[in-house]
Amino acid sequence: MEQEIKGLTPWEKVQVSRHPQRPLTIDYIENLFEDFVELHGDRLYGDDPALIGGIGIFKGQGVVIIGHNKGKNVKENVSRNFGMPHPEGYRKALRLMRLAERWHLPVISFIDTPGAYPGIGAEERGQAEAIGRNILEAFEIRSPIIVVVIGEGGSGGALGIGVGDRILMLENAIYSVISPEGCAAIIWKDSKQAERAASALKLTAQDLLRFNIIDEIIPEPPGGAHNDINATIKAVEESIARNLEIICNKDIDSLLEERYQKVRKIGIFEENLVPKAGVEPARSPSST
Amino acid sequence: MHISDWFSRKPKYAVLKPEKKEIPEGLWTRCPKCLEILYNKELERNLKVCSRCGYHFKLGAWERIYQIVDNHEFSELDENLESVDALPFNDGIYLDKLKESKEKTGLNEAIVTGKGKVESFDVFLGVFDFGFIGGSMASVVGEKVTRLFEYGARDRLPVIIVTATGGARMYEGMLSLMQMAKTNAALSRYRRSGGLFISVLSDPSTAGVMASFASQGDVIIAEPGALIGFAGPRVIEQTIKQKLPEGFQSSEFVFQHGMVDIVVERSKLKSTIGRIIRIWNKRLKG
Ligand SMILES: [Zn+2]
Repeated sequence: MEQEIKGLTPWEKVQVSRHPQRPLTIDYIENLFEDFVELHGDRLYGDDPALIGGIGIFKGQGVVIIGHNKGKNVKENVSRNFGMPHPEGYRKALRLMRLAERWHLPVISFIDTPGAYPGIGAEERGQAEAIGRNILEAFEIRSPIIVVVIGEGGSGGALGIGVGDRILMLENAIYSVISPEGCAAIIWKDSKQAERAASALKLTAQDLLRFNIIDEIIPEPPGGAHNDINATIKAVEESIARNLEIICNKDIDSLLEERYQKVRKIGIFEENLVPKAGVEPARSPSST
Repeated sequence: MHISDWFSRKPKYAVLKPEKKEIPEGLWTRCPKCLEILYNKELERNLKVCSRCGYHFKLGAWERIYQIVDNHEFSELDENLESVDALPFNDGIYLDKLKESKEKTGLNEAIVTGKGKVESFDVFLGVFDFGFIGGSMASVVGEKVTRLFEYGARDRLPVIIVTATGGARMYEGMLSLMQMAKTNAALSRYRRSGGLFISVLSDPSTAGVMASFASQGDVIIAEPGALIGFAGPRVIEQTIKQKLPEGFQSSEFVFQHGMVDIVVERSKLKSTIGRIIRIWNKRLKG
């Protein structure tokens, strides 16, 4: 209810997050980084245009940049597979995160994907393995990582480059375990119930801040990022800069410990502490 | 806890309930693959594998546990974790779903975790039950898996997880998705402790659970004929607008593509796990 008064409804946010004029990873790269050098390929099979990677300079600091990238028009969208990576995209991202670690560069990751691509080649080459490995190894990367959810955070395909020390999210971006359409099709056997699913799933930045899944909401211009692209990019720049300074000043071991502990606490359940013979005592609940 | 305790204290867990969908009550069961009529007692003796065509029926969590552990002895851990409607998800749909699944399976959640012995080796074992909301992972499943890796690291014991899952549970929204990160974070630490994680993929093992710890086993074992992958076949067919070839995403298919180490029939699963642990146990100390 509060949301309807304050701003857009969850379903409206879904629309805004997918708006064709919404700034893409490439727009942030062009505006925020000097001397960007795009780096290609996973060294195993191919290069994935749905996931951009490279190196550049952010306010004087060398960084590694990775991000899903949709296209600006139909043709570009087709060549970039609508921002839906194959395993090669995730493996390229991991390769660059390892590079960041060796060079002592922070990583900045931009999330904007409907999801990892569900296709024949993707399955043959281990989509699940690629995403799973990235998620696991991200907890071992000895470099600061900032994640910015700029548009659509589509499930595992987003999380594949979504583990980090700070998770920032644009005000009208979404991040969800399943698309509202997919959820509606399963529960109500009707994808037209997507609006209902969008509010049920709690996929807005405001919801995710409440669940401690993200750290900060970056404000958007009235009506959404597409209404003032420059203002949006400025707001993202300010938030990255501020958070980067904090995490880059931490000792890397404590940063890794914090990265772990934050995720370790996610989850809501009840734990009845009834002592039982023959069973090791359960620990106190890690969450509410 | 010994199996006899289950009879006295928690009869709902002790009875090896056949899965209603796959095996109707009664004396006989029809194999869904070759349509052979199978005598139930015979089928149980054959570990629920069709004696004619080798079809591996789905197992409930406790059925699987008793097939793997020595002497039917298993101490369940963290059974007191209870799911809540945390989001909440659209007017109680989730609570209904939980209630229905608990009644259907006799389980508290989609995974049972605990400690037992396999071929005399102590192990931490977790087994998914597909009958419980499609074996989906949300807060409780994620927490139990995470703790299993923590216990494994603490006690320097192998961790074995048998999956039967459709992925992350949508009724807990992003809390479910983040369990992929949580379990993998714990697995990362468990690995660095030198642990042995055996991931056993049974039918089906897909989506969020595959895209987290299940695909990251030190050794990955698949049961024959299981559906294994990231996206479900229907989603793929809708996306590519064509029919998938026969056997796509089967255990044998993912084996051919290098995604699993061994495809093992059910009768050899326990001995295969035992052999791997035996080798791991003979590692250099220090
Ligand atoms: Zn058969």
